Amino acid sequence: MNDLSRRRILFGGAALGAGALLTACTSNDPGENTQINTDTDTDTNPNAAPGTKVIIGFSAPAADHGWVAAITSNAKAQAAAFTDVEFRSVEAGADAAAQRAALATLIAQKPNVIVLLPHDGKELNSAGLEAMKAGIPVVNLDRAFPDQGAYRLQIKGDNFGMGLAAGAYIGDQLKAKGVANPIIGEIPGIDSLELTQERTRGFNESLATYGFKVANRRPAEFTADTGQRAATELLQALPKLDALWNHDDDQGIGVLAAINQAGRKEFFMVGGAGSKVAIAAIAADNSVLKATVTYSPSMASSAISLARLIGQGKGMSDLVELQVPKEITLASETITKANAAQYAKLGF
Amino acid sequence: MTDQSTMPAQTPPADPAPAAKSAARGSWWKSDGAEPVRRNIGLVGVLVILVIIGVITRPELYGDATWVKNNVFTILQQASAIGVVTVGMTFVIIGGGIDLSVGAIIAIAGVWSTTLATQSYGTVGMIFTAIVVGVVVGLINGALISYGRLVPFIATLAMMVAARGLAAQISGKQTQVSTNSTINGIATTKIAGIPLLVIILGLVVIAGWILLNRTTFGRRTVAVGGNPEAARLAGINVRLQTVLLYALSGLCCGIAAIMLTSQATSAQAAMANLYELDAIAAAIIGGTLLSGGRGTIVGALFGVLVFSTITNLFAINNLSTEVQNMVKGGIIVAAVLLQQFRYRSLTQLLGRKPTS
Repeated sequence: MNDLSRRRILFGGAALGAGALLTACTSNDPGENTQINTDTDTDTNPNAAPGTKVIIGFSAPAADHGWVAAITSNAKAQAAAFTDVEFRSVEAGADAAAQRAALATLIAQKPNVIVLLPHDGKELNSAGLEAMKAGIPVVNLDRAFPDQGAYRLQIKGDNFGMGLAAGAYIGDQLKAKGVANPIIGEIPGIDSLELTQERTRGFNESLATYGFKVANRRPAEFTADTGQRAATELLQALPKLDALWNHDDDQGIGVLAAINQAGRKEFFMVGGAGSKVAIAAIAADNSVLKATVTYSPSMASSAISLARLIGQGKGMSDLVELQVPKEITLASETITKANAAQYAKLGF
Repeated sequence: MTDQSTMPAQTPPADPAPAAKSAARGSWWKSDGAEPVRRNIGLVGVLVILVIIGVITRPELYGDATWVKNNVFTILQQASAIGVVTVGMTFVIIGGGIDLSVGAIIAIAGVWSTTLATQSYGTVGMIFTAIVVGVVVGLINGALISYGRLVPFIATLAMMVAARGLAAQISGKQTQVSTNSTINGIATTKIAGIPLLVIILGLVVIAGWILLNRTTFGRRTVAVGGNPEAARLAGINVRLQTVLLYALSGLCCGIAAIMLTSQATSAQAAMANLYELDAIAAAIIGGTLLSGGRGTIVGALFGVLVFSTITNLFAINNLSTEVQNMVKGGIIVAAVLLQQFRYRSLTQLLGRKPTS
């Protein structure tokens, strides 16, 4: 028995050591890629002048997607760009319950402002209310709290507008080409999320104004391998295709791979979210990807900037009012070859 | 017929022409030994029905011969990665265990092989890394289960979570694009008109069949799964066998990682999500008993093909994935129910009184 347990410990230790060693052998640094505002010129932007110190507490879900990872890195980088901001972030974990626990810790630390990207707006609504009651203004990022009392500022993207923009681009292009009854495909992300439903709604409404509709819709899961799977199925179901809207550029890597593997190029594709890879592909014009509609994680940088203003009691310099607005919905912008160069630095 | 359970591993693979056994057909066909063959023919029947439903609902697509050929290859290609994983999973389940970490092993192997450092070593480096990482993680699983005496469910569950976490750490939660054209080319290459992915799947299935049915390793696997105590008393090193089985599963995951990375031209920590459930379901449908000791590779392959064909059928008819998932669940339940109640004839089914 003594021999066996000693062997077990040695073996277990060796396995753990080997694992640690192997991990050290992975060097994988593609360099920093953040979308922040570094304008410190106080003539153009009087708010850039350093003011009272603001402690910003930050919580976002544990990233499993490039977009969420970009949110966190943008927030960190933007906070670092300000000299009067102290950034405290808590790991939010894998689901809403874990995030509630993390938030309770954050509230106890009494920051000046909390910036929060909830796992789900409805599930963390009560946490937002609690923080506001404790006297800490909450900046609700992207996934909206339904209760207006749960946030001081709600800054989010426009999912419906994304679909609208994608539909408008596809509709315009097809009308210009004079296609009579175009066959349009759609590859959304995770269907059970409200934002996917919003995007599809916008897309359908926009297409309806041209008299078009979606012929086949195969959902993926925001990952490249599921994107490849969904695209392959879609291409099999539609032997001839005129246009395709893929909701997310990260899963778009798989979608483009599938299109390549099937050898199809009679149609054009519109992406979503605005990743660096996608914008580069649009500028190079060497694939079916011709445009993308943005949903940029730069909203995290903007949220930090506005949180700082809220903490210092300042307003946005372009507006007449003295305080930061209550709700800001960022527009979904269409990136094509014509303006790709401008947006290149905003790709995540 | 006596209820003597002959080793299912000894029966011949699914033979769609049972007339070849005409001499002993009457007695052999109804015996227990022929159960896997009956089951596999049943699965082929299900596939045929699915294809017929496809022809009825979309005749204009099936009218085009080129489309049909492409569709068959598409179904096979979509099934290739999960098929390879299922072969490994079948071995583990026959051996009396379960491996919930296969998806996570694919993710860590995929991510590790597409890091900037590994990609600089070229195609060989990437393939080597994926396979070695898969085998090593499998060995860790096996060691925890056989020498650490952990229950397989718990050990592989923990590995599932840990491996994905490590994958997320290494990749920085980003999608790692593969810039290696040879690896990416695996998904587009065709040899003699057959896609390379399908050939890899075929080779793995054949190797798995030979390993299970024609080597002592396979015999030991069935023995260990059927009755571990008896196997140990018979002189089989049960612990070593278990470790090797999980290493084999890890190896299959490593191969699948390369295939999946090639198909998606990238790898990320969230890839191969829920592959473990698909692999287990396919193995179960194929006739592998969850308690171990029985199972066939061919059955598992047919299980994978059934799921792949259903997905294809739903796609060409533009039906929602929600209904598709419910249908898949229904098929799994039906397959297990059929396994529990083995009827010799329809009359016995109708006249059966509940005894068990």
